[in-house]
Amino acid sequence: MAIRERLSGNEAVATAMKQINPDVVAAYPITPSTEIPQYFSNFVANGSVTTEFIPVESEHSAMSATIGAAASGGRVMSATSSQGLALMFEMLYIASGMRLPLTLICGNRALSAPLNIHNDHSDSMGVRDAGFIQLYCENNQEAYDNTIMAIKITEKAKIPVMVCYDGFITSHSVENITLMENDEVKNFIGNYTPSEYLLDEKRNISMGPLALQKDYFKARVELAEAMRKAKDIILDVSEEFHKITGRKYDLYEKYMMDDAELGIIVLNSTAGTVKDTVDKLRKKGIKASVIKPRVFRPLPCDITNDLKHLKALAIMDKCDSINGFSAPLFSEITSAMYTASLNVPTVNYIYGLGGCDVKETDIEEVYKNLENIAKTKKIDNVTHYLGLND
Amino acid sequence: MAYNLKEVVKKESRLVSGHRMCAGCGAPPAVRGILSALKEDDNAVIACATGCLEVSTCIFPYTSWNNVSFIHTAFECAAATLSGAERSYKALKKSGKLSKDKTTKFIAFGGDGGTLDIGFQSLSGAMERGHDITYVCYDNGAYMNTGTQRSSSTPHFADTTTSPAGKVLPGKLEQRKDLTEIMVKHNIPYVAQTALIGNLKDLYEKSEKAIYTEGPTYMSVFAPCPRGWGYPTDDLAEIERLAVNTCFWPLYEVENGKYKITYKPANKLPIEEFLKTQKRFRHMFQDGNEWMIKAMQEEIDRKWNYLLLMEEITNK
Repeated sequence: MAIRERLSGNEAVATAMKQINPDVVAAYPITPSTEIPQYFSNFVANGSVTTEFIPVESEHSAMSATIGAAASGGRVMSATSSQGLALMFEMLYIASGMRLPLTLICGNRALSAPLNIHNDHSDSMGVRDAGFIQLYCENNQEAYDNTIMAIKITEKAKIPVMVCYDGFITSHSVENITLMENDEVKNFIGNYTPSEYLLDEKRNISMGPLALQKDYFKARVELAEAMRKAKDIILDVSEEFHKITGRKYDLYEKYMMDDAELGIIVLNSTAGTVKDTVDKLRKKGIKASVIKPRVFRPLPCDITNDLKHLKALAIMDKCDSINGFSAPLFSEITSAMYTASLNVPTVNYIYGLGGCDVKETDIEEVYKNLENIAKTKKIDNVTHYLGLND
Repeated sequence: MAYNLKEVVKKESRLVSGHRMCAGCGAPPAVRGILSALKEDDNAVIACATGCLEVSTCIFPYTSWNNVSFIHTAFECAAATLSGAERSYKALKKSGKLSKDKTTKFIAFGGDGGTLDIGFQSLSGAMERGHDITYVCYDNGAYMNTGTQRSSSTPHFADTTTSPAGKVLPGKLEQRKDLTEIMVKHNIPYVAQTALIGNLKDLYEKSEKAIYTEGPTYMSVFAPCPRGWGYPTDDLAEIERLAVNTCFWPLYEVENGKYKITYKPANKLPIEEFLKTQKRFRHMFQDGNEWMIKAMQEEIDRKWNYLLLMEEITNK
């Protein structure tokens, strides 16, 4: 029996963590994900979980302790945002390089400087090459669902998983959501039995060696290969989840794509705003559409199959690469398009940095430009900054 | 049971030959000695900070760590990594995934760089949180793995590659950071400073206490480095002896706040006796540099008197 609840994004994720009841959680508070260790400490204090909670002294230690706990055979989780994720940077590569299953919640927030606590995707995009699977969530329901699926995905893929959702917009907004029963979650994630771990009573092992050139290269290729294979694992787990909950998840979500002429690719909560805008434009006869990647790592390259019929495409990034050209989602999707010989006129919109509001009128401006590009087949400017001029 | 070297050396070593540590280095005998204090039936998880010990003992696909599990993650986080392992152990014991009657102990090793400097925060955090772990610093007074750069444990005036003794500067300008005392101030149940002396009784007994005292414990072990300090490899034991007898490296322990000096030299030697055995202090013996030796002697006497006083006060 599904349970109807009204929860904020952070509450929803903390509730998922309670139902998962991990062996170890290590976390350090940082806005806007602070509530997760707070809620979780309460669960520990009141005995509603049996988890060992480690209130570490920094995010670097949060990820280090999480790695130590995962290497020891525990099912482990952590949560962070922004500067915290940046401080973990070194350890993220080590977690994936050691092929440790663990789940990291990321309440997306801008990176300093200047200091800003509001939402953009600079943090998780900044660690996009750390070897973590990255799941992006549009709303509280997706944040809850992906957190539960992450446990299974990470344990099957032996690659750590990051669950990303928008700080404040999702983390602090209260929405109606549907929860699974405790037993449903328990049965879905099952018992965790690691294949190799420090505390194995049958044999001792050494982990985290120095590896010379060839061995290092081989290990990195194995990780890359595992990331490629993770697509099928994510789809399998999502299908299993669908059977239980009726909620269907793919690598990316298509909205009004079938007959579309104009498309926007966008992550997380802004996808909701874009969907509403599409509904309005459709009433006016404009064939607008949205694609929302749920998974950014592994990169859903097959997305190109769904873009073939478009006359113009905008890829929206809530962060910037500061590379003098464009932002990461644009760079990676257009590179997939190029190698698939797909020549749809495509522009990049960088929007909402530091939590700047993105309104339907902003999205309408993007579609207006796309209409113009479709008509003239000309791109004046590849990279745009959206929402600064008001 | 009273310490008996003959019995101890019969135990299976937990760090075995084949590793690539230098001849004359203090770290491997220190690690072997410390791990010999583990009960034979007990297992251990060893966490190691990046450094000489780590890069020389676990080169894929080999490991010198025997009859223990070993993990290395990064330079500054051996303590945090081990704290996660210790909590997993608690959780898995609780859930019945590990058997009740078997014991695993948790021990971290870091050099002075990985402990006093870059790993300081991680260590302080883990000690404050009360994990049931033992952290051991093998202190060779510089970043030896990268080629003898100064650390905050480098002695005053020592010549290193980033505090070179030159025409204007006298080597390292600052005194050592005293981490052992900082650990005492963490109010943990056991803190000790030890060295490889005589039949290794001091090392063994302190290790046993550190490993088998419940809660966070810390040990600092004097670990000379022939390449960084400039001494012939067979002088290791002599340098250890002189460090202790000049009180450059006092042997003491602090158990629940009570200080105990475990070795008081009958004849406290002048610091020159220690300094002259190593090239890193050579410039201190040049004409006009007598003030350096004098200053160092004063620092050592001050610390020694402080320890004597602390022993008296805390045992009243």
